[in-house]
Amino acid sequence: MLVPDNIFFTKDHEWAKIEGDEAIIGITDFAQSSLGDITFIDLPKIGEALKQSAVYATVESVKAASDVYSPLSGKVLRVNNDLALHPELVNKSPYESGWFVVMKIADLAEKNNLMDAKKYKDYIENLSK
Amino acid sequence: MQLIFEKSSSGRQGYSLPKSDVPKADSLPGKYCRVTQANLPEVSELDVVRHFSALARLNFSVDTNFYPLGSCTMKYNPKFTEKIAALEGFSSPHPLVPQLSGGGILAQGSLEVLYHMERLLSEITGMAAFTMQPLAGAHGELTGVMLISAYHKSNGSRRKHIIIPDSSHGTNPASAAIAGYDVVVIPTDKSGSFDMELYKKALNNETAAVMLTCPDTLGLFNPKIKEIADLAHRVGALMYYDGANLNAILGKCRPGDIGFDVVHLNLHKTFATPHGGGGPGAGPVGVSGKLIDFLPISRVAKKDDGTYFLDYQNRKTIGYIAPFYGNFAVILKAYAYILALGREGLIEASENAVLNANYCLSRLRDYFDLPFDKICMHECVFSASRQLQNGVHALDIAKYLIDKGFHPPTIYFPLIVKEAMMIEPTETESKETLDNFIEAMIEASKLSEENPQILHSAPLTMPVKRLDETRAAREPNLRWKP
Repeated sequence: MLVPDNIFFTKDHEWAKIEGDEAIIGITDFAQSSLGDITFIDLPKIGEALKQSAVYATVESVKAASDVYSPLSGKVLRVNNDLALHPELVNKSPYESGWFVVMKIADLAEKNNLMDAKKYKDYIENLSK
Repeated sequence: MQLIFEKSSSGRQGYSLPKSDVPKADSLPGKYCRVTQANLPEVSELDVVRHFSALARLNFSVDTNFYPLGSCTMKYNPKFTEKIAALEGFSSPHPLVPQLSGGGILAQGSLEVLYHMERLLSEITGMAAFTMQPLAGAHGELTGVMLISAYHKSNGSRRKHIIIPDSSHGTNPASAAIAGYDVVVIPTDKSGSFDMELYKKALNNETAAVMLTCPDTLGLFNPKIKEIADLAHRVGALMYYDGANLNAILGKCRPGDIGFDVVHLNLHKTFATPHGGGGPGAGPVGVSGKLIDFLPISRVAKKDDGTYFLDYQNRKTIGYIAPFYGNFAVILKAYAYILALGREGLIEASENAVLNANYCLSRLRDYFDLPFDKICMHECVFSASRQLQNGVHALDIAKYLIDKGFHPPTIYFPLIVKEAMMIEPTETESKETLDNFIEAMIEASKLSEENPQILHSAPLTMPVKRLDETRAAREPNLRWKP
């Protein structure tokens, strides 16, 4: 299971890559592999407010529809429009071309509620036990 | 197989009309006429009969195969109820008849069925009254949540959220959200129960209701159900009972006695009417005394002289939920089923449903992981995670079962079980059928180690092979075009 360094994770399998006061967010490799083939992604609109741990997107796969929670609070700056026609990007490349949203971070201190790569690796290893 | 549109031949028809002996009427004004051709298939009566007979032969149903679809209670639908529903006195009256002046007297039989069915369902569930209007389970849920909302509003109480466990049917949060509530999800703890500590934290005077399925979707009866209800009532919240799993507890316990305020039933599940493509559902909603005033109108009531009439006097009603009186023929078939089985029969049905599920559980437990290892109620939930180590998913096992002549169990639900396989055998299956199914499951488990490719390529014996579900969802092609 792919867990890149230098990005942050939630226990619900979202990731955030923090660059200054912005963050790119998406779902992890573990999430996409548990969901199976993704068929539709409902993303928020630009300007929409995001709240840490609150639902901001929905992912539908052949198995189920699942809520996606925001790793940080802030505001949507850009959304990945490619996902509308190519939801499979999330399966193929969850950390790169399968990103969901770029957000403006409201409170960088919220980062402390997230896991780093090492902690997240341990976390998912425990889950599959 | 060809579509009926592809069988069309220009000018061929399935009828012949005599020469008209009345004056030709004016044609419809242009604005009412269609602009494009309807392009209906032009076929003979025989073409139509063969086409639909062929389709019917492809159908996979309770009448043809064992159908252990968890959470759906696909029990046998006894045929005598069809005869009763077809009786002229029930099938021919126009639904407007009882609403016409003096029409009630012409519809006494039908009104009595609705009235008496309401009493029977109230007795079975321990509720004070029922509306028979909702046309399906999810429709009943929405009705129930609207009743809850009307109740709180009339008490001047503003409540914002509904508490739902993460093992719930997906329709529960959907119904709550459509009725305007936020949904607070309570996780399942390691023992397979509603997490009581998190529940207590989530519960407050903004809680409108707690929606539960009991036994839950893991097939487990929550022993703390009374405590959950008492805690909810203490903060003024109502208790909602999702009746999908009522088949486990008929005559054993009643939601009303536990403290549930609203109950929806799926007559097409518990009370054996055809469903899942075989017929429409019916989702009557029962309420405790404090909610009667809000029930949809009309309600069937009884006069002092013993006759029945439609009562529209419920001032606080939430209004119409469906035209007329619900899916009358479905209600009628369920009514006939309840009367035929009687009290003892219904209790026996539940006992055998639970016995059959536990038989499947105990015979399959050595071959599949059992995430919550307990005596189950009417259904048991396995996980294919052991088979997944060889690359075999629950989906592959499900497809293999089709080749073996079984409808697959529900898979990937409840969502909290990885690679879930949810088996609900129901009471109407013989031990021989259960044994054959169990053998097929054991065979699948062995193949997952010895020759997983067979499972990956299943089904091989069906008119269509493994369908590309991903492509069907990503590029839906829903309409035939010439």
